[in-house]
Amino acid sequence: MTAVGADQRQQMAYVATQAADARLNVEIETEGMTLNIGPQHPATHGTLRLVARLDGEQVVEAEPIMGYMHRGYEKLAEVRTYPQVTTLINRIDWLGSFANEVPFILAAEKLMEVEAPPRAQWIRTALFELSRIANITLFLGDMAVQLGALTPVFMAFRDREFVLNQIEAATGGRFHPNFDRIGGLKDDLPQGWIDDTKQAMEKMRDFCDEFEELVLGNEIFQARSRGIGIVPAEVGLAYGLSGANIRASGVDWDLRRDGHEALAYDQVDWKVWTHPDGDSFARYWVRLQETREATHIVDQLLDGLPSGPIMAKVPRIIKVPAGEAYAATENPLGEMGYYVVSKGDLVPFRVKIRSASFSNISITPWLLKGVYVPDIITILASLYFILGDIDR
Amino acid sequence: MTQLSSTDTDATTDAGAEADELREAWAARLADALGDGYAEHHIIPGGDLWVRVTRDSWTDAATAARDQLGCQFFDWLSAIDWLPSPYGRDMDAQEDNPEPKAADPMEQGHAGGQTRFQMVVRLYSITEHMGVTIKADLPKDDLSIDTLIQVYAGADWHEREAWEMFGIHFNSHPDLRHIYLPGEFEGNPLRKDFPLLARRVKPWPGIVDVELFPGEEGP
Repeated sequence: MTAVGADQRQQMAYVATQAADARLNVEIETEGMTLNIGPQHPATHGTLRLVARLDGEQVVEAEPIMGYMHRGYEKLAEVRTYPQVTTLINRIDWLGSFANEVPFILAAEKLMEVEAPPRAQWIRTALFELSRIANITLFLGDMAVQLGALTPVFMAFRDREFVLNQIEAATGGRFHPNFDRIGGLKDDLPQGWIDDTKQAMEKMRDFCDEFEELVLGNEIFQARSRGIGIVPAEVGLAYGLSGANIRASGVDWDLRRDGHEALAYDQVDWKVWTHPDGDSFARYWVRLQETREATHIVDQLLDGLPSGPIMAKVPRIIKVPAGEAYAATENPLGEMGYYVVSKGDLVPFRVKIRSASFSNISITPWLLKGVYVPDIITILASLYFILGDIDR
Repeated sequence: MTQLSSTDTDATTDAGAEADELREAWAARLADALGDGYAEHHIIPGGDLWVRVTRDSWTDAATAARDQLGCQFFDWLSAIDWLPSPYGRDMDAQEDNPEPKAADPMEQGHAGGQTRFQMVVRLYSITEHMGVTIKADLPKDDLSIDTLIQVYAGADWHEREAWEMFGIHFNSHPDLRHIYLPGEFEGNPLRKDFPLLARRVKPWPGIVDVELFPGEEGP
């Protein structure tokens, strides 16, 4: 570097003041633009509002604003009996409802020191994976539609029906099954359900294969998602990112394999998928592989389904002994957990709901800094959130 | 990120005693790191680990958990109000008490405590596949605690939520404002003495939703 003379320095200072003055004088015209995305934007899956301050095409600062759908489940759970709470928490992640019930029931079972019989655990796990498939299928179509490909979302809605029909056949509800009970399940499986489900899984595998070519193989999709919104593993972990979002950053962690909850995942042969890139493409890729893996898990669970009762012995009126317990499972969107504090009453004393999307989306102010406007949509779509899971 | 990977899954399957030893070791290491700031711990065998620290060593505890125990994953942060609800329902009543009654004595949960408000944070190690729940008491006359943002960036939103729901102030939090509730909202809804107004308007019919068999005892 060359030395700067005194007069030159003076000149530079003069230019700098002039420039600052000029900025001041025309501030009204050149100030960055504020762009409001949502609350009613297709990319927001409900009512997330994003306020982005732009400098040209670049984001200076982006701030998600939520609460448009806050329902206060933590407060409401304090005045409902344990079996009644599941009807509320069904509506947290509304695309994979059954998966919401399981961690709460597991936390309550921990406090009561009961464990569901093996058959109930296996069916629970199978329904859990069916919820995952139903949920992620929609993501696979939805992210494509946000990147400008309209067809995949229709295919996703069409093929998701195969899974939803099976969930409905077993539980009676397409979206809000309310099927899990403390100590087991409400009912056993209906006749012929296993064969039908296996056929549905076959169709879902075809769906995954088709999407692998149609979306992942698409040049435009790749150009718009590769290298966009890269999440380094350490940053993601500090923000509490979980599920496919963190596995797409190369972290080999999955609560289905690494958690210690009473589910049947250790009885079947399956694999955790990770991707080293950490970008939007990787997140899509991991979810697609997971959906296919889930169909294999369901197949194996249904093949090896043990016989026996589906309910453990629990009192008809459930009073949960005093204590605290935390149970978390690997839900379609990431780690979902319930911290339940009981005082030995019919109702929980305090329920803290740890929902995946809230933590997943909390990285957006960091992640959206400096990206271009079209990439906001890519990143939001690839992080994949459900508004009910953010607002609770 | 090879150091984050755990390719061997067999090691975790024979959990039990080994995991409990690790929990003991974690508690001991936190006690070493914090000295006087460490209050007590509670272990449920085969279950979970709770550690209670003083308010002043709250951030130190989180830093020690991250750096010494390897808890890189920020799970969640919240608070508990241990005041027994003054509006709570008597067991067989169909509606909440319209007038607040005198509160029963408080009873804190695992790892003890003396105060009405307790902070709770859960941190998790993705290599050991184990979590720790750290608690801290907040004195009645000063509901404030240091922010964890410098340790875990993800604490930001969780602290904003705890601020609006419980009215706990986080020292040196850069942006403490409402996250769910509208800006003009008054009160802290998750405090036990905040009445659930929907219950005033219409009593809840379902406290006992199981019909008893003839001759069966009620709850």
